Amino acid sequence: MGRYILRRLITLAASLLLASLVIFALIEVTPGDPASFMLGLNAAPETVAALRDQLGLNDPLPLRYLHWVAGMVQGDFGLSYTYKVPVADLVADRLKISLPLALIALALSSALALPAGVWAASRRGRAGDALVMGATQLGIAVPNFWFAMLLVLVFAIKWRLFPAGGFPGWSDPLAALRALTLPAIALALPQAAILARVLRSALIETLGQDYIRTARAKGLSRRAALTRHALRNALIPVLTILGMQFSFLLAGAIIIENVFYIPGLGRLIFQAITQRDLIVVESVVMILVFAVIAVTFLTDLAYALVDPRLRRHA
Amino acid sequence: MSLLTLEALTLMIGAAPILRGVTLGLGPGEILGLVGESGSGKSMTALAVMGLLPQGARTLGRIWLEGQDVLALTERQMCALRGNQIGMIFQEPMTALNPLMTIGDQVAETLMVHRKMPRAEARQIARDKLDRVGLTAPRFPLSLYPHELSGGQRQRVAIAMAIALQPRVLIADEPTTALDVTTQAEVLDLLRDLARTEDMALILITHDLAVVAGMADRVAVMRRGEIVETGLTETLFRAPQHPYTAQLLAASTHRPEAAARPTFAPGREYLSQEENPAASSWQKYSDPDGALLRVAGAVRTYRLARPRPFAPHPALRAVDDVSFTIAPGESLGLVGESGCGKSTLTRAILGLDPLQEGTIRLGAHLVGPGMPQAARADVQVVFQDPYGSFNPRQRVETLVAEPFHLTGLPADWRDRVAAALVEVGLAPEDGAKFIHEFSGGQRQRIAIARALIIRPKLIVLDEAVSALDVRVRAQVLDLLAALQASHDLAYLFISHDLSVVRNVTTRCLVMQAGRIVEQGPTEALFTAPGHPYTAQLLAAAPQIPPAWMEDRAHASPLV
Repeated sequence: MGRYILRRLITLAASLLLASLVIFALIEVTPGDPASFMLGLNAAPETVAALRDQLGLNDPLPLRYLHWVAGMVQGDFGLSYTYKVPVADLVADRLKISLPLALIALALSSALALPAGVWAASRRGRAGDALVMGATQLGIAVPNFWFAMLLVLVFAIKWRLFPAGGFPGWSDPLAALRALTLPAIALALPQAAILARVLRSALIETLGQDYIRTARAKGLSRRAALTRHALRNALIPVLTILGMQFSFLLAGAIIIENVFYIPGLGRLIFQAITQRDLIVVESVVMILVFAVIAVTFLTDLAYALVDPRLRRHA
Repeated sequence: MSLLTLEALTLMIGAAPILRGVTLGLGPGEILGLVGESGSGKSMTALAVMGLLPQGARTLGRIWLEGQDVLALTERQMCALRGNQIGMIFQEPMTALNPLMTIGDQVAETLMVHRKMPRAEARQIARDKLDRVGLTAPRFPLSLYPHELSGGQRQRVAIAMAIALQPRVLIADEPTTALDVTTQAEVLDLLRDLARTEDMALILITHDLAVVAGMADRVAVMRRGEIVETGLTETLFRAPQHPYTAQLLAASTHRPEAAARPTFAPGREYLSQEENPAASSWQKYSDPDGALLRVAGAVRTYRLARPRPFAPHPALRAVDDVSFTIAPGESLGLVGESGCGKSTLTRAILGLDPLQEGTIRLGAHLVGPGMPQAARADVQVVFQDPYGSFNPRQRVETLVAEPFHLTGLPADWRDRVAAALVEVGLAPEDGAKFIHEFSGGQRQRIAIARALIIRPKLIVLDEAVSALDVRVRAQVLDLLAALQASHDLAYLFISHDLSVVRNVTTRCLVMQAGRIVEQGPTEALFTAPGHPYTAQLLAAAPQIPPAWMEDRAHASPLV
């Protein structure tokens, strides 16, 4: 187990290093000079040059890369060109919204998908299965921004149960949760549909395995064989999807955040790109990459918890 | 009184009758051998008794177990009966256990499900049961997972699970088919011992008559869903009443007509067949002794994982200093248990894997990356699995013509395919069909046609008849013998089945842990083994007592 974790940690570190190089290089080749962008069209060339100097844009590339990485390691992500505040604070503010939103959506999606997948698999080929398969097909097909607008129309405008958008801050936790409810549902439903289908097919496959027949020959009922033997074996592909979904929910919620006017990470990076606030883009992308890699690491650990073969042989 | 009785059991799946009026009796403590070819309904009979038939199956008739009609029970009652009154073990031990659960918990589960026993107590009994099946305490703790055990050990765990509650009946469905001979002998000993000492009746389902001969009190022979004959084992073997039983017996000890095997002359020139498109002219084998294939000091190692970070990789010598030759037209056997390196050696001979040391020479050419394509045509292969070794989306003619990619497709390739199909006993029209339209035996014939089409000098038969039923196997062996005579083919016959190797090869190699431990003329090697491992293999191989077969040595011709 120790060796397994060590190996994963080495992979994690290597991925981070590689990602930082790629991100840095990409930002370098992106057209647009942040200094002239910040100062506007009419700025004097001397002012721009001075600002470039001040921002450290004239340093040699390797030095700037090292500065950037060393800063990040110490929690210093630099200063936003446009907001003139530390990027770390900016990101921390947004994470306070995006992280809970992602977690709620993930919990919601799992809570919907697990029972639906198990139910469909245990009724394979019958009406219940067809129902779940139909519903999940719809869940995947419907674009989530459209579904989000539908939610707003029904629950916010018609019934006035939830706010239509915006975020009041965490000073009133209940209001904050209410503000996050509709976006979380809009994010969770398509994810739940995918997850349910993955679980169903994984379960159907494991139910056909020889050890299920062995369990039945021991005297386990169909249901007991499913819950005690099939479910855990079907969990591996489900964990993979869950890990990928969490990354997506954290980083890819831009559209939903826009529909609901939620100041999350997605909107931050969107604005930063349009304003050429490259230091923000660089840092936020790096943080997102870190989050994705960390989640992958956690997924790997979860695999090892589920599967003894990985614990001793990896 | 009978413990288990099947009365006119009929089973339909959809409109297809699977079992037709099966009537069987099993006494307490009795061992009944249920034999038959694949698809004869052996396993379905067992699953009917267990109430584990596939969905859509309908049954007629009765199954009495200790006065209870099993077919009339509800699913809930069946759950209480399975594992408690009847235990069952299956063929494939590698997949029969849940990979995520310890063996202790899996054995204990049987007890917990039926006896509502606390886990600790159930694990205590599980310990006893694992000891009973030979997985004793310090070496085999309850905390082991299935992947830490070998196939034979896993089958023992499956047996421990099945006997945990001392059921009156144990059904073993091909329990040793997937195991090596020595492991098979051990598991069969265990089953026999359990039946005798625990007073447990055993239904042993197998296609292997030799296994039944050494185990069963009585034998029932099944064909197409019917029991054609039952009788005391020795009586049935000595004097089969039904012609089908006689055919099975004849086929299982079948020895192909020994075609006049070409004698091999050192230094002779070898003329390749005129129709061989690979040979532009006379091809002379330059091997000093005229050998067709010469393996010299072959070593194939695999790199294993490091034991700790930065340590050097340990190496596994899968093939360890192996040397032998095959003469043109010779039949060479290669026997050994799984993991001994047979397959690795095969791959090296086919040029699929590189060697770390030594050389393999096919005629004038070194087998390896630089080998000319046309020279590769001299060796072809037939694999074990007639289902997995064909692309299901291609027509048979395309499949059979495949080796021509080595030499270029000749203009008359369709005629050649048709001729090859005829040679292996199929019709030229079969070329237009797809592979799923053929039975296992027919597919193996197609595999032979594919190997044959390019006129090779050597065909590697890698367990080529192991998956076939005895009668089909006998036919395929006859075909191979005939082709060998007509085409002057050499065979490298790789098998774990000693009786087949004995019947079809003239010389034999015995392989253990990557090394050839003994080689010599087959008959001499089998009658007087020189190496202890060979002797061990021979002792473990199940055999029909020769005396049982004497009475009718010439009585039943193969049909």
